[in-house]
Amino acid sequence: MTKIALTVNGSHCEADVEPRLLLAYFLRDELDLKGTNVGCDTTSCGACTVLLDGESVKSCTVLAVQADGCAVTTVEGLAQGDELHPVQQAFHERHALQCGYCTPGFVMATVSLLKENPNPSEAEIRDGLEGNLCRCTGYHNIVLAVQAAARAGA
Amino acid sequence: MISTAFEYARAATVDEAVALLGRDEDAKLLAGGHSLIPALRLRFSRPSLLVDIGRLDDLRFVREDGDRLAIGALTRHAELVRDPLLTQHCAVIAEAAALIGDPQVRHRGTIGGSVAHGDPASDLGTILLTLDAELVARGPGGERTIPAAEFFTGPFDTALEHQEMLTEIRVPKATGTYLKHVRRAHDWATVGVAAARVDGRMHVGLTSMGPTPLRARSVEAALADGASPADAAAHAADDTVPPTDSSASGEYRAHLARVLVRRALERL
Repeated sequence: MTKIALTVNGSHCEADVEPRLLLAYFLRDELDLKGTNVGCDTTSCGACTVLLDGESVKSCTVLAVQADGCAVTTVEGLAQGDELHPVQQAFHERHALQCGYCTPGFVMATVSLLKENPNPSEAEIRDGLEGNLCRCTGYHNIVLAVQAAARAGA
Repeated sequence: MISTAFEYARAATVDEAVALLGRDEDAKLLAGGHSLIPALRLRFSRPSLLVDIGRLDDLRFVREDGDRLAIGALTRHAELVRDPLLTQHCAVIAEAAALIGDPQVRHRGTIGGSVAHGDPASDLGTILLTLDAELVARGPGGERTIPAAEFFTGPFDTALEHQEMLTEIRVPKATGTYLKHVRRAHDWATVGVAAARVDGRMHVGLTSMGPTPLRARSVEAALADGASPADAAAHAADDTVPPTDSSASGEYRAHLARVLVRRALERL
C-alpha cells in the first residue's frame, strides 16, 4: 500500500491505496463520488473525465498514486452550493443530454476546453471534445450548450 | 481489467530512476502512463515495480541549441502543441502532437514515453525518424546519444537498455508536415506520413507501414533525382510491410501511403 494525500473538490484527503488502483475507482469507491462514471475503461469514451490540477484527464488511465499531491475536481465539485457552474447550467438549459451517462465527462471536458480556449469555434468545440463519446449521439445540443457556456463566460 | 499488482516508487531525479530500475529486471518506467497503463490493464505488461518519473519537471522543456532544438523527454503532447519555439522552428512536431489521441490524452502523454513505448503506430516516432533526431539516454554508465535510425528496433522494442532512461530529444530546425489517416476520432494512425526538408534534402517517413516507423527511401531517392511529387509518391509503399488488421488491409495501407505522400510533398 502507498500513502497518498491530495485535494479533491477543495477538501484535503489522505488514503492508503494499492499502487494499481485507478483514480476513477479511488474517487468512486473510496470517496463515494459516483458522479465520475466509468464507461469503456479503455481511455476511449471520456465518461470518467475529471480535472487533475485544472486539466482534463481520463481518470481510468491515471493511477491514484499519480494524483498524490495534486488537486482533483470532479463534477460534484463544480456547483457553488445550489448554484450550478455555468457549464452545468448551459447543459441543463440546452438539454445537452439524452441518457445522461456521458454528461459528467462532457461537462468536465468542457470546463477544461473553455479554460484553454474561452471562445472556441464550432469546429474547435467538436475537436476539443473528441475524447468524449455520447452513445445516444446527442452531440448537437452538447455543442450548443458549450457555445452558450462560452457566451456566459464559463 | 485490473492490472497485476506491482510496487510503486517515485523518482526525484534521473539518477534515482536509473538506480530504481536496477533493482529489478521487471521494473518499468512510468511517465504520463498513456501507453503503459492501458497495457497494464490488458495485462500485456506485468511489471513488478513501476518507477514514476512523471514529476521530473526539469525534463519538461523545449530549448534552442544553435541550429537545433532540444526537447525534454517528459514534455507533454499538449505542451508540444503550443510551444512557441517548435511552432516557429519545427512546426511539424507541434502539428503531429495535436493529432495524438484527444485533449485528455495530450494533457498526460509525453514525447519520451511515446517513443520509448516503440509502438509502430506512434506519430512522434515517425516524426523523429524523418527528422534524423538524436535521442539522449541516461544509464548507470552515463549518457549516450542514439540516432533515431538506430532507435526503433521492432514492434514495442527500442535500442534502450533495461536500465536506461530517455532524457532529451534533439531535432534540427526544419520545415515539414504530417498527414494522418484515421478511421475514428482519437484513433491511432491507419497510415501516417511525415515529410520534412532537412539540410536541403526531402525526408519522408511512414507510420503503421511496418514493424517500426519507416523512411520511404525510394521516394527520397526519386526526389533527389528530380522526380515530381506525384512520380516520387508512387514509390511510397516500396520496401514496406504494411500490416492487415481491423483498421485496414495491407493493400489499402499501401494505397493510403502513396496518396498521403503525394499530398504531403505537394504541401511543402
